Amino acid sequence: MTSSSEAPAALTLPKAPTGIAGLDEITGGGLPQGRSTLVTGSTGTGKTLLGLGFLVAGAREHGEPGVLVTFEESADKVTANVASMGFDLEALQRDGMLIIIAFPVEATEIVETGEFDFGPLSLVLDDAIGRIGAKRVVLDSIEVLFGAFKAQAIVRAELGRLFGWLEGREVTAIVTGERADNSLTRHGIEEYVSDCVIALDHRLHDGVATRRLQVVKYRGSTHETNEYPFLISAHGFEVLPLTAVSLDYGASSERLSTGVPRLDRMLSGGLYRGSTVLVSGAPGTGKTTLGAHLIDAACARDERALLVLFEESPDEVIRNMRSVGLDLRQWAETGMLRIWAARPSAFGLETHLTILARLVDEQKPTITVLDGITSLTHQPTQAEVVSMVARQTHLLKSRGITTMATTLLQEEEHSGMGVSSLMDTWLLLRNVESNGERNRLLFVLKSRGTAHSNQVREFLLTQHGVELADVYVGPGGVMTGSARVSQQARERSDQLEHEEQLMRRKRELRARVAQGQAQLAVLQDELASEQAELAQIANREARLAADAQATRDALSVQRRADPADRDDRA
Amino acid sequence: MTPPRDAGGGTDDAVAPAAYAEETWELRLYVTDRTPKCVRALANLQRVCAHWLPGRYHIEVIDLLENPRLAAQDQIVAVPTLVRMHPQPARRMVGDLTDTERLLVDMQVRPARRPDERG
Repeated sequence: MTSSSEAPAALTLPKAPTGIAGLDEITGGGLPQGRSTLVTGSTGTGKTLLGLGFLVAGAREHGEPGVLVTFEESADKVTANVASMGFDLEALQRDGMLIIIAFPVEATEIVETGEFDFGPLSLVLDDAIGRIGAKRVVLDSIEVLFGAFKAQAIVRAELGRLFGWLEGREVTAIVTGERADNSLTRHGIEEYVSDCVIALDHRLHDGVATRRLQVVKYRGSTHETNEYPFLISAHGFEVLPLTAVSLDYGASSERLSTGVPRLDRMLSGGLYRGSTVLVSGAPGTGKTTLGAHLIDAACARDERALLVLFEESPDEVIRNMRSVGLDLRQWAETGMLRIWAARPSAFGLETHLTILARLVDEQKPTITVLDGITSLTHQPTQAEVVSMVARQTHLLKSRGITTMATTLLQEEEHSGMGVSSLMDTWLLLRNVESNGERNRLLFVLKSRGTAHSNQVREFLLTQHGVELADVYVGPGGVMTGSARVSQQARERSDQLEHEEQLMRRKRELRARVAQGQAQLAVLQDELASEQAELAQIANREARLAADAQATRDALSVQRRADPADRDDRA
Repeated sequence: MTPPRDAGGGTDDAVAPAAYAEETWELRLYVTDRTPKCVRALANLQRVCAHWLPGRYHIEVIDLLENPRLAAQDQIVAVPTLVRMHPQPARRMVGDLTDTERLLVDMQVRPARRPDERG
């Protein structure tokens, strides 16, 4: 027994979280507390499950006991139906968190004469609510009552009264009803439940079921009005996480390696963390291998990765990648890598998306590779595929996950699916046929926020993974494969010849320099001897002059020449 | 001795009253408190029984207000609800029983009287 707690005295509209993934996001926190919400939809759209999800979440996560009134099935049947979805209603009933009241009304059983009222319903509800202190109530489905009684006016008025009573009881209620072609419910019940109306839809496209949910009305509260895909699975009722609606992602400037060093250099250092990469190309161009490189590099850095395969099985991919030297099995075995394969036709687009959301929640990857998104075009319409891929990338981007998606698209100009504009980086792999062989080229078509290389590279799949090589642009176009190899050989021989020529010239020049130097030495010798001779001559001249003076001095002494005489001559 | 199932069918006309001629009728009327509808239903029922089943009927009035859980247990969504417990099979009827003719026919007290359909 849980004692009833006091109502929150907040000025803002108090809301009761539904506990249904995604729904609380659309409604900005849940259903209007203490009021009734109408859930409409045709048979099989999941109305009951939404109601039960609401009750189970209330009981399990918010300590709010609940009461289910079902007019369609017995209590045992309800319990059995949802056991496979992880709802243990028996345990909740044992714990006093849930009471199921079943009125399996069969139309044939009831005959009416005159007026009646639904007094017993409120009595039973009042008793049950009081017994466990219930805060949540689900009535499923009021349509049965309209079917069981002929006096529709009375049923309508009585239900209106019941909803008023529920409100007075301050329980948050979900009332389910059938949708009509041109109104929300067949019997105009939305007039009485005017605070919040949620419509469920279940459409078939080529035999593939797609479920959608829309908050048609939410008085006094902002809410998303779009239709959102939802899923009914072993996890119960899940509306697609709607973070996809906003575009406010944080932008990281951290670069991470693609696992192909040469490609990292082409992208000025790698991919931005949290960005999205589209790899498009014809079959067999190596798209999956690029994805495997990205994963391998991530796991080697101790980051978790998720690989979603739309075309192959995990074993096939692991085997194929081993042939190019990438061992994905080691990462899969340690849990660093989770591989999930699904044939696209096995589920609706919405299902794919929701499963992806769950995988991401479970694996918590920093890198995700979606291999073969083109396969999704087996699905309904192109527009839906684009919207789906947009949601997938938004979902991943909003969680900061670096994503690589591969697709079979070959044309670069119009990308068929219109997906490329959603991507930050676009790598194109193309087959080039020449000289009787097919070779692969890699182009970086775009890379936001990156001064990427404009050059084409030849994309080689070797025994140790992807390698990129320069291509040669010749008169006949780009040369790849053997043409490139022979071109490389030709260039090598040209180079050799050129080097030899230079050597020859060098030798010649060296010889001439040596010769010149020798001549120079001879000349220098001659010069030196001539200079020496010149000095000798000058020396002799000086000596002769000195001798002549001495002779003159000796003669004048002998002649006793007087000084004046000597002065005149001087 | 198979009791007729369809009161509106032509073959029931003579059989129905005769089949139950010796039975004592056990009737149960579910009400919530003494609301006008419930009071009216009881009055209508008593009047019809006194006239058509003199000395061969027993009416049990169950007030769900006193025991709400009986509503779920006995599958009573609306009140007043009349349940014919005996003779079997059980039949139920919802409403204040103002339409006496319906009451007589559907509870198989006597066959339908539809002269305009005869011939």
